[in-house]
Amino acid sequence: MNIVEIITNIAYLVASVLFIYGIKYLGSPRTARTGNFISATGMFIAVVVTLLSKSIISYELIVIGIVIGSLIGTIMSVKVKMTSMPQMVGALNGFGGGASVLVAFSEYYRYIFDEKHQSLPVDINIAIGLSIIVGAVTFSGSFIAFGKLQELISGKVIKFPLQNAVNLILIVGVVALTVYTLFDVQNVWLYVVMIAVGLVLGVLVVLPIGGADMPVVISLLNSYSGIAAAMTGFVLQNVMLIIAGALVGASGIILTNIMCKGMNRSLMNVLLGGWDNTGGSDETGTSKRMDVKSVEFEEAAMIFDSASSVIIVPGYGMAVAQAQHAVRDLANILEKKGIQVRFAIHPVAGRMPGHMNVLLAEANVPYDKLFALEEINDDFSNTDVVLVIGANDVVNPAAKTNPQSPIFGMPVLNVEQAKTVIINKRSMATGYAGIENELFGYPNALMYFGDAKDALTKLTNELKNY
Amino acid sequence: MDSILMLIIIFVLAVFVGVELITKVPPTLHTPLMSGSNAISGITIVGALLSAGSDNFNLSNILGLIAIIFATINVVGGYLVTDRMLKMFKKDKGEK
Repeated sequence: MNIVEIITNIAYLVASVLFIYGIKYLGSPRTARTGNFISATGMFIAVVVTLLSKSIISYELIVIGIVIGSLIGTIMSVKVKMTSMPQMVGALNGFGGGASVLVAFSEYYRYIFDEKHQSLPVDINIAIGLSIIVGAVTFSGSFIAFGKLQELISGKVIKFPLQNAVNLILIVGVVALTVYTLFDVQNVWLYVVMIAVGLVLGVLVVLPIGGADMPVVISLLNSYSGIAAAMTGFVLQNVMLIIAGALVGASGIILTNIMCKGMNRSLMNVLLGGWDNTGGSDETGTSKRMDVKSVEFEEAAMIFDSASSVIIVPGYGMAVAQAQHAVRDLANILEKKGIQVRFAIHPVAGRMPGHMNVLLAEANVPYDKLFALEEINDDFSNTDVVLVIGANDVVNPAAKTNPQSPIFGMPVLNVEQAKTVIINKRSMATGYAGIENELFGYPNALMYFGDAKDALTKLTNELKNY
Repeated sequence: MDSILMLIIIFVLAVFVGVELITKVPPTLHTPLMSGSNAISGITIVGALLSAGSDNFNLSNILGLIAIIFATINVVGGYLVTDRMLKMFKKDKGEK
């Protein structure tokens, strides 16, 4: 190792340490912004040191690439609405995966067609294969997820005949192909086919998955983008890429796990598509006629005015209606009246982990008023009013009471234990699981129909008159 | 020691570090955690730079260029949007 290489490697080590510190600081809202800055500094160091490397001869393409990429990245990050954050993260995952495929393939090409090094070592060849496959799955899968979240593609569960068999054949096939390349390294088409199969696999795996399962999919693809980066690290024999990729891979897997637990489902069950409706949703509970009571804003305002404690439960409906500011206004007026207001956030509310928290933060709701399921679930019983906004399955008591229900066993918020539950929804339509919510027929439950933004604004204006 | 073996050891240890760090992140920060860690996975940019900047101009340079664009979107977009989100997280001023 000459002196330049030693300095380069020390700089890469520093960058790796900064990534670790950055994630550590992301662990608390007070230090998170600093953490993100530390991590960005690590990235900056990594890029600058690489640019100084003697194997970089020409800078034209690099400058062009960085300028175009920075422009697109900046515009995306400035323009994106907070409600569209899941799509944004989905797209970013995709770009990361795509970059891994391209780098791995380009490295392969350099090994085979550059005069410098003719032979491709077996370990690097395997790493190239894995980098290409994982990267390609991440790339196409992320853009399908993006399409679903952006509603360019149906968010419904899409099933096609023999989908699991086809996926299995593709997975076995692509692994076999990777092994085969070890014996036919010079055949560039094998690698092109590998990319193609990876892309098809990404589409086929994500396409069947329904909209409300997107938190799991986005987390999983986040993990894949990290693993792809780590594999690229093996290709380049670069320790920093391996460390950074492993950190991201671990992060995605943990979030995936949390999301699956939040739905009481296994990852397999989510990936295979849709709720297990073997019992048939029609037999479970819908035979009983539900006695649903509904209220208008005048009556709802009266109920809120006489409460002393309120818990608000936001769901994806709040994001769809862009109602987070209306929610904040309502919370403000309630607090002005001396009413305690807290928010209960179910782990899978929204379309990605922490989606509701970001929306409420955007509307200036302090984060210490937001409580996770396990922190607040025992408090519903001594709460006067619970307001459910555009959430359904996550407040369905059937998960606790009805062993026949497809969502039985899923952790739910105990909203029915409050004195009064007001549920704001646009209609009586079922939630993602496609089942009736028996909560709506409970004696202490009141439906308040309407678009979340309109309904809450009316309610807030009415409360101002008290 | 074989270099591939050493790299695998580093990978496994880094996964453990990641697991330790991330289990401590509260649910309220899960979205910024995702976009922020996502930006880190844009580290592939290092490989992209090496591909695009190598001497004889051929396919690998073009692939490198596209890879730089993708990775830069990932890095710049990821860090900026994370910062935008984190700026919004505020504690209640009324309480200590």
